[in-house]
Amino acid sequence: MVGLDFDKPIIELKDKIKELNEFSIKANVDLSAEIEKLENRLAKLEKEIYDNMKPWDRVQIARHPNRPTTLDYIPYLFADFFEVHGDRTFGDDEAIVGGIAKFKGLPVTVIGHQRGKDTKENIRRNFGMPHPEGYRKALRLMKQADKFKRPIICFIDTKGAYPGKAAEERGQSEAIAKNLFEMAALKVPVICIVIGEGGSGGALALGVGNYIHMLENSTFSVISPEGAASILWKDANQAKQAAEKMKITAPDLKELGIIDEIIPEVKGGAHHNVQEQAEAIEEILFQSLKTLRNKSEQELIEERYRKFKNMGAYLNV
Amino acid sequence: MSIILNTLQSSGALYRSSGEKDSFINTFPNKLIVKNGEASTLIKDIFSKTKKKKYATIPSETAKAEVPEGVMTKCTNCKKIMYTRELQKNLKVCLNCGYHLPMNSKERLASLIDENTFQELNQEMKTGNPLQFPGYEEKIIGDQQKTKLNEAVVTGTGNINGLKVVIAVMDSTFRMGSMGSVVGEKITLAIEKADELSLPFIIFTASGGARMQEGVLSLMQMAKTSIALKKFSDNGGLYITVMTHPTTGGVSASFASLGDYNFAEPGALIGFAGRRIIEQTIGEDLPEDFQTAEFLLKHGQLDAVIPRLEMKEKLHMIVEMHQSGGDLEW
Repeated sequence: MVGLDFDKPIIELKDKIKELNEFSIKANVDLSAEIEKLENRLAKLEKEIYDNMKPWDRVQIARHPNRPTTLDYIPYLFADFFEVHGDRTFGDDEAIVGGIAKFKGLPVTVIGHQRGKDTKENIRRNFGMPHPEGYRKALRLMKQADKFKRPIICFIDTKGAYPGKAAEERGQSEAIAKNLFEMAALKVPVICIVIGEGGSGGALALGVGNYIHMLENSTFSVISPEGAASILWKDANQAKQAAEKMKITAPDLKELGIIDEIIPEVKGGAHHNVQEQAEAIEEILFQSLKTLRNKSEQELIEERYRKFKNMGAYLNV
Repeated sequence: MSIILNTLQSSGALYRSSGEKDSFINTFPNKLIVKNGEASTLIKDIFSKTKKKKYATIPSETAKAEVPEGVMTKCTNCKKIMYTRELQKNLKVCLNCGYHLPMNSKERLASLIDENTFQELNQEMKTGNPLQFPGYEEKIIGDQQKTKLNEAVVTGTGNINGLKVVIAVMDSTFRMGSMGSVVGEKITLAIEKADELSLPFIIFTASGGARMQEGVLSLMQMAKTSIALKKFSDNGGLYITVMTHPTTGGVSASFASLGDYNFAEPGALIGFAGRRIIEQTIGEDLPEDFQTAEFLLKHGQLDAVIPRLEMKEKLHMIVEMHQSGGDLEW
């Protein structure tokens, strides 16, 4: 396991304990006293580090190359997932995946950003940064869900919509805007879960839901910390500071009233145990669906409207 | 050709002896082509001109006679010869290369619909040569005798692993599956039946397009089927299309493309205008996979390409997904 800057001491200590264990078996020496001492130290260290995580630490977890993606969670959460492709207009954008599936017996539509696991897949999926056809595919699936009265579950995990020539030519802004506009009118429950990075408009285009939940170490922001630092202070190296000032972590956003629930993460980040993480997501998804399933179409639309109407801060003089 | 050879020699682009053309092309180092700008254009030109056209070929009589009638079948793709019975058992998917050989409507229905559940609709409907088009009636009678069908589409109700659906299967062995008044009417009636019974509607398309001999009446079948589908869709009906080889022209530009789910069989030719017409119009060679199911998937037109051997199971799963959910305990 590759350690991040802030939890390197933990990973190193874990490796050491493992080594000692192996050695004691191989050499047939009793090292249990030493091992126990180290384990105590590990527990203390873990508490110290994981209880005092800085926003920048969370940014790093959210960006961890092994962080579980939409397609990693789907097999744990759903049965019979059937992926469908294409926007019926221009192409099939693999930076967004979607399809129909069953959640505890209930047919649902699942949509999510999709990063790659290695360079080859990342090129195919454009590092999880969608083009307009990706958002149009997502919208097509949402409208289909609306027609067949299936709840929609969106997984948000993108650095942002792709900033490229072709994307602009095909109307990146229009595609994102259209999703925000149309999602407002969906007559079915919409539940959005930020599982990694929630990068700006490209993330929000899957984010107009009745509920927005976030994994503990995910981020949701108007721009990347690097981007903000370079615009505000002309220095991308001050990203760490920007991450703190911009309030992009789940606890910050909960306080701002942007998100509904923080989904607790496996110690050290979701990448340490996908299955355990999926169970935590499943629990909250189940609760959300149970609540929303009993609401009328009108209530769902009205509540979504009010949710977003209430966002923003201003002084009335 | 001699001009080209001279150019090649003078531009220092190596040697070329007759009979070595192909290996020369294949082994010509890419880097060299990129570096030598002038030569590269010319070289490309030679290759595109000598490239074999990919139009359909008509097998010669001798090739046809190699295979004894009935017992053996030769795959049109890999040319391997296999027992017809084994091929039939494998739903006419080549046992060697996986190529999907064409199926007629009877074979198609047998591969999808549970035994003894199919009930045909409007079986007797026939065309009346509305434009008095010369020679049309004879052609229709010929196809009727050849195929034992009255028209190019078979419609009815039946079960897919126990789930009842309305299904239409076009048959390319009857007038190339072309759509005239009868095909349009039968499909529209099937849609109305699905609407009336609140059943899913599934269509397997295979068609050269609108039927010329019925002129503008054929054209209007595109609109007729489409407006029926809009009504069905607004009433919440589930519509699945599966495009099989070939689905072109007015059929692809109407009901074939309007599914809640648009699927296709691997390798199926799907498009609006024919390849030759496009090539002649734009004066360019088209990519090899142009207008195949895989090409359309890449270009966002299809939800999925489903191999024939998985078709029944996948269709069942999707239909089931649109019916369940009402009896949950939570």
